[in-house]
Amino acid sequence: MPDTEPMIDLRNVTKRFGAFTAVDDITLQIQAGEFLTLLGPSGCGKTTLLRMLSGFETPDVGSIHIAGEEVTHLAPYRRNVNQVFQSYALFPHLSVRENIGFGLRMQKVSDVESRRRVAEVIDLVALGGFEDRMPHQLSGGQRQRVALARAIVPRPAVLLLDEPLSALDAKLRHQMQIELKRLQKHLGMTFVFVTHDQEEALTMSDRIAVFNQGRLEQLGTATDIYHQPRTAFVADFIGEANLLEAELLSRDGATGLIRLDGGLEVRVPLSAWPLDEPRAILSVRPEKVCISSAPVEGAQNSFEATITEEIFQGAIDHLVVRTDAGTVFNAVVANESAMMQAFHEGDRVWCGLHYDDVVIVRASPKPAGVAKP
Amino acid sequence: MPAPIAKRPLLPTGLRLLNWSLGAWTALVFLFLYLPIAVLVFYSFNTSKLNVVWEGFTFKWYAALVENTPLLSALKNSLIIAAVATVLSVLIGTVGAWLLHRYRYRFARSIQTLVCIPMIMPEIVMGISLLILFTVSQLELGFTTVILSHVTFCFPFVLVAVQARLHGLDPALEEAALDLGATPLKAFLLVIMPCLLPAVISGGLMAFTLSLDEYIITVFTNGLESRTLPQEVFGLARKGLNPMLNAMSAVFIVTTIAFVLFSEYLRRLAAR
Repeated sequence: MPDTEPMIDLRNVTKRFGAFTAVDDITLQIQAGEFLTLLGPSGCGKTTLLRMLSGFETPDVGSIHIAGEEVTHLAPYRRNVNQVFQSYALFPHLSVRENIGFGLRMQKVSDVESRRRVAEVIDLVALGGFEDRMPHQLSGGQRQRVALARAIVPRPAVLLLDEPLSALDAKLRHQMQIELKRLQKHLGMTFVFVTHDQEEALTMSDRIAVFNQGRLEQLGTATDIYHQPRTAFVADFIGEANLLEAELLSRDGATGLIRLDGGLEVRVPLSAWPLDEPRAILSVRPEKVCISSAPVEGAQNSFEATITEEIFQGAIDHLVVRTDAGTVFNAVVANESAMMQAFHEGDRVWCGLHYDDVVIVRASPKPAGVAKP
Repeated sequence: MPAPIAKRPLLPTGLRLLNWSLGAWTALVFLFLYLPIAVLVFYSFNTSKLNVVWEGFTFKWYAALVENTPLLSALKNSLIIAAVATVLSVLIGTVGAWLLHRYRYRFARSIQTLVCIPMIMPEIVMGISLLILFTVSQLELGFTTVILSHVTFCFPFVLVAVQARLHGLDPALEEAALDLGATPLKAFLLVIMPCLLPAVISGGLMAFTLSLDEYIITVFTNGLESRTLPQEVFGLARKGLNPMLNAMSAVFIVTTIAFVLFSEYLRRLAAR
């Protein structure tokens, strides 16, 4: 992390609605020029947090600084941030050009400069030729671009995006993800992006903040979050994971012997084991469970198992294996070649786990996976 | 009506009979509603003074209408009263609807109910209570008192129309305006108000027509020098029906239809 002052500095921010705590004691710094995603299931507090940045909600506890200025209680129209709304919220009685120029009109920017800047942004979001259309004459994707252009033309310190791609169809959404990321790099602007779509978060973000029940579960880069989840919720919400309850039997320096759900005993590195807790959860991605017809080379844990289910999915094969000790794993193997011997239901195989691929995570407050989109 | 679908199967005889009688019933209802109006307009072109026998075609009753000074001055009074009452109703109704929609109040539901009561209150009750109020507060009866009483039952119609429109409005619109640097007042004037305009105009038209033909409350709250058109017409009608009144009604019917078409056009504009 650069040692400069953060663009956004949230300290112990809490927001309650009656008895419901929407945002629970969040402390978070966002760097200038960063693309940060607030990720979580609906009702996890990510949108409330965004609304506190834009000024539509005020925290009950804590403080918010943007670009070095305290804005905790500042009205939305006095903040140097702009938002792209989920519904786009284009002004229906104004043309594309007037919509985009609205912010500059409020800032009393001169007509000449306003016209130049609006034209520039229209160019940037490829809306040339649509300047005089009304919002109801545009397609969903075009409206999305107008909303984006309208929010960036006043040159805010931070751009807030509230699930702006959720109304688009899958193909357009992919295209817009790439365009948004490119635009953010081009502008060097700080983007705070809210989504419940883990794939969207992994594609675009510099860092991802995963929220659950108003709390920040984990903050990190996409690879961090994917490979080193710290809680069962994060492991399950981002990608697929085998989550197995684990009990620590004995320690031996940096590693320990644990017993999994179903009785299988494996040796794992203990660096992430929660202190003083005899129980935790082991997480391993299905593609990291090695399946082989011979004992798995190099794997610290290797045990015999039976394939109980095989689902062919084209590029990959999805397997369910039951070890002889009774523990069940989901595994994914690549279908590298049609010649290669494939696995079938009932086959006896070897199942291997590398030290580096098993992660010990803390249990999450809610049973993980219920709110997965 | 020629059936657009060529292979439409013939209905069983019983159903065909039912279909036919429903059509006939609809025609009967429309006849009941519009025949009196058609007859009224028809006899406004009759040379005879009586509304029962047709003698010949004439425009003389329309000419008499234009020359009738008391009727014209009553019309002028009515238009002034309706115009002022409409402007006040639109202001109170629109701002009231916005405040009730946008902010939370302890007694919001009670306020809503109280505001709507004048819409259904018998006019005779309204008239008497307003008369007592004006007498107690020693207001001289005239334009001011009539306008005040018309506003009391006209503004709820504007309020309800605007509320319906606000209900369907994306709440993010105001937030987007605030987010782009508009103060709450500017957000209302530059973004919310243009979106409400069709409802404001149709509510205003409603208020205008209600005020224009109001009789009972007006009788109670009006002075002598500000007699309205309904009062004048009622006076004339007591002396006996006259084709001049038919002519006047015809003018009003045409004007009303124009108003209805215009507000319908605005409603469609808003629904876009």
